[in-house]
Amino acid sequence: MCQFVFEENEKMTMTKASIVDSVYARVGITKKEATDYVDAVFEAIKETLEAGDELKVSGFGKFEVRKKGERVGRNPRTGVEIMIPERKVLRFKVSQVLKDQLNGKRE
Amino acid sequence: MTKSELIEAVSSKIDVPKNRAEDVVNAVFDAMTDALLADQRIEVRGFGSFSIRKYRARKGRNPRTGSEVQVDKKKSVHFKVGKELRDRVDTLNQ
Repeated sequence: MCQFVFEENEKMTMTKASIVDSVYARVGITKKEATDYVDAVFEAIKETLEAGDELKVSGFGKFEVRKKGERVGRNPRTGVEIMIPERKVLRFKVSQVLKDQLNGKRE
Repeated sequence: MTKSELIEAVSSKIDVPKNRAEDVVNAVFDAMTDALLADQRIEVRGFGSFSIRKYRARKGRNPRTGSEVQVDKKKSVHFKVGKELRDRVDTLNQ
């Protein structure tokens, strides 16, 4: 019973731990190295995006930082208007290749 | 930045040869791609989560001609940025 739930969870969500396991299985390195290296990959991506740079990974997608202008927002509960300042947000666009694979249009 | 530039950044960050960094970066994206193709969610704390969104088939309209077209059902990938990365990217409000 417990085993079943565990497998069900495994099937539903990939976490950083499962990415590490997969990297460990695919690349000839120790588990400790796999953990450190996967962390380094995500940290390198974060530093790039933090610098306002975009990241394009062919077959996966593109991350880009967009600037949003200042606008008036409203607290939906109280109706009070507040100014939302200019800010930068991250946008992800999935690659057409991956999208086609998801939709069975490509192997 | 492209994947090969990311590989260089990772290689100098963890001080391993470029081909090793390349194997790791490829394995990370291959693992994530396989998960999404298996309809799995991906959650990386501090980074964000990816999930599959399913869209029903619908009738659409060609905005240029106004003619009605059938739009097939489709799946796409949705990304929700994690708190840490969201805050780090918004350098205007720190």
